[in-house]
Amino acid sequence: MKLKTLKILAGTTAALLLTAGVATAESPKRGGILNFVVGSKIPSMDGHMEGTFGMIHPIRPFYSTLIRVNPANPSSTTDFVCDVCSSFSSSDDGKTHTFVIRQDIKFHDGEPLTAADVKATYDKLVFPPKGILSLRKKFFSMVDSITTPDKYTLVMKLKYPSPTFIPSVAMPFNFIYSKKDLDTHGYTWHQKNVNGTGAFVFVQHQPGAFVEGKRFDGYHHKGKPYLDGYKAISAPKMAVRLQAIRGDRAAIEFRGFPPKARDDLISALGDKITVQEGDWNCSLLVTPNHKAKPFDDKRVRRALSLAVDRWTGSKALSKIAIVKTVGGVVFPSHPLAATKDELTKIPGFWTDIDKSRAEAKRLLKEAGQSNLTFTLLNRAVDQPYRILGVWLIDQWRKIGVKVTQNAVPTGPWVDSLRKKKDYQVAIDANCQSIVNPIVDVSKYLGSASNNYAQYTDEPMESMHEKMSRSGDEAEQRRIMRQFEQRLYGEEAHIIPTLWWYKINPHRSYVKGWKIAPSHYLNQHLDQVWLDK
Amino acid sequence: MYKYAIKRILLMIPTLIGAGLLVFMLMRMIPGDVCEIRLGGTGLMVDKEQIEICRDSLGLNQSMAKQFYDFAVGIATLEFGDSMWTGRPVTEEIAIRFQLTLQIAIMATLTAVIIALPFGVISAIKQNTWMDYCIRVFSIAGIATPSFWLGIMIILGLLIASQHLFGEPWMMPIEYTPIWEDPLANLSQTIWPAVAVGYRYAAVVVRMTRSAMLEVLREDYVRTARAKGLFEKVIINQHALKNALLPVITLVGIEFAFLIGGLVVTEQVFNLNGLGKLFVDAVLDHDFTLTQALVMMVVAVFVVVNLLVDLIYAWVDPRIHYS
Repeated sequence: MKLKTLKILAGTTAALLLTAGVATAESPKRGGILNFVVGSKIPSMDGHMEGTFGMIHPIRPFYSTLIRVNPANPSSTTDFVCDVCSSFSSSDDGKTHTFVIRQDIKFHDGEPLTAADVKATYDKLVFPPKGILSLRKKFFSMVDSITTPDKYTLVMKLKYPSPTFIPSVAMPFNFIYSKKDLDTHGYTWHQKNVNGTGAFVFVQHQPGAFVEGKRFDGYHHKGKPYLDGYKAISAPKMAVRLQAIRGDRAAIEFRGFPPKARDDLISALGDKITVQEGDWNCSLLVTPNHKAKPFDDKRVRRALSLAVDRWTGSKALSKIAIVKTVGGVVFPSHPLAATKDELTKIPGFWTDIDKSRAEAKRLLKEAGQSNLTFTLLNRAVDQPYRILGVWLIDQWRKIGVKVTQNAVPTGPWVDSLRKKKDYQVAIDANCQSIVNPIVDVSKYLGSASNNYAQYTDEPMESMHEKMSRSGDEAEQRRIMRQFEQRLYGEEAHIIPTLWWYKINPHRSYVKGWKIAPSHYLNQHLDQVWLDK
Repeated sequence: MYKYAIKRILLMIPTLIGAGLLVFMLMRMIPGDVCEIRLGGTGLMVDKEQIEICRDSLGLNQSMAKQFYDFAVGIATLEFGDSMWTGRPVTEEIAIRFQLTLQIAIMATLTAVIIALPFGVISAIKQNTWMDYCIRVFSIAGIATPSFWLGIMIILGLLIASQHLFGEPWMMPIEYTPIWEDPLANLSQTIWPAVAVGYRYAAVVVRMTRSAMLEVLREDYVRTARAKGLFEKVIINQHALKNALLPVITLVGIEFAFLIGGLVVTEQVFNLNGLGKLFVDAVLDHDFTLTQALVMMVVAVFVVVNLLVDLIYAWVDPRIHYS
């Protein structure tokens, strides 16, 4: 057993070192087909109306976006670079954003891309006509107008300066469509058809099986892509994805594997596997239903948060589940995130768990709930929902609270949270693509459509409004701390657990792809090459 | 005979209506709908307006009566509509998967029949000998072994053995290639699930063949045949086996029909893009149109297979006449 552990550790270290060493030493090779597995399926191919990685991983390489997360530095939460633009700038008052569009870009059908195409795309995203779905509409609520002063300039005017605007533009779902396609075929054509300016040209989609793309020779990032093509193979079962990498039927899976799967692959293949790991812009939450007694009492909610030993739990759970980092309301490495000192001042994040649990018991007694029992609604998905559910039940048992877990399929789980609202306490998650903290934390507003806890909190709404309109990062940070303290500490509207942790073991011959804070990001594949 | 066949085909109509009504109601009793799952399930900021746009476009805001009317008209005109999840025609979604599922079902049936008939017969004629005991162990183990578990063992076994022998682990393809495009690629993927499913299938048929043969071998006409001095081979093949086949044919028919749409877990284990996987996805996604069409298809397959089995009875046993 010890030998196996050592072997795994040695393998991991070797693989990680290998990545670090190779990244700077090698120059990309051209050619080859990248096979990768996708653990979900494609609803439609229209990025504007979908929110799943099942669409992003196979379809994103066909499209470009106006700006994107820097492919050379995707771990950064603030590094955005042009894709179809050559430069972008903001006015001093932060209300006018100008994008200069490149003049050497062509769609896969041969038509040149101009600012008119980008405007038509953003008109569909920001001001969709009645009856047309745009899942990103709310992200652009600050946009007042979109104009094209000339053929290659796009100007977006905002109603107010907003720090969330640029990250929202960089979201990977904002595929640039051709104005001609939108005018000729209508706003639903892209659900089943592809015509983009991305690194790869659509070849075929076999529903439920795979999507195939081939290199676009006219791609605007010169010299790229390196691959001749790719095949995104649908494989819903994790065991199949894992064995596919082991048996080299696929080289990589971009979403992430649990620690055990990583260790199994390293144990079987040694240095033929490279591992990339990092924090994931997903946090797992406990949502008490404020309209179900006794969870309308903040003493009960606070007690439930105080009982959870996040610091010890992180060490144990990160060995078996895709969670790791203890963090506050903002993605851990972002400038707006709480430092450890700031975090440990919030009830529930104290480092002295005995003191924390004593306070929890006191609060329960004060609320007359010393023998509290309830049912925890959970999603019947192992990683990390059910594992965290079991852990939480054990944590709450330590303050005398008895909890039964009710894990149900996604359909009834969503229905209970969104429509029926018949649960007592539920496990929920906040998973986003681009790290855009002020938008990401909007889930915690009582008015948010994806907040299921059923509370209203005017001071929090006001704090969020101020953050959204502040151009000063120091001020945003200060308000964010108040917001966090109120959400997790004073009111305990939501009970945080741990941030997810992304683990991507892949065949070592896959080069050029770097892990990002989300499985939605850095999936255009133009920088990926095969060292075979 | 023709009258009988036509009567049976006409009986399909009330059966399909009953099944349709049942699945229509059951699907709508499950909490949630496709729009909630598709848009809200990802945790995005999706407001009610967006959900309503989705529901309107899929007709989910219409009255139940209108939805059932559309469904019934769809069945009558064989226009099953579009999948609520992908927007593609339901018939297209099914057709893509049907070919693979049918191939696996045929291969598993062939595997089962090729193994089961000789084993069942040997087990019966060599009753209570070591051969009988071995075949019984083989068949009871087959019934007790879930196909998906055997599938997992096959995959892991191939990976481990190939790595040990050749230094690089080998796994069967995880994407389907039609047999006429590349027979080798096709068989290297489909042979393993056919074996995994065929083993359990064979085990059931071995048991049935054995017990049917034992029963027939004790009949007077078999004793008479032996008394007449007929060769044992002729007695077994022409007199006993033919008569023992009736329950075996029924079983093979039912198992075959079950494989069309029933290979749920095995398809997932081998990543087969078949009807079983589509069925599960459709139910989990609350894709009403696709689930309804799939249920209707499976019901139709069962009815047709049962009819075929009945017609084969008459061919196997000339004493049976349909009037």
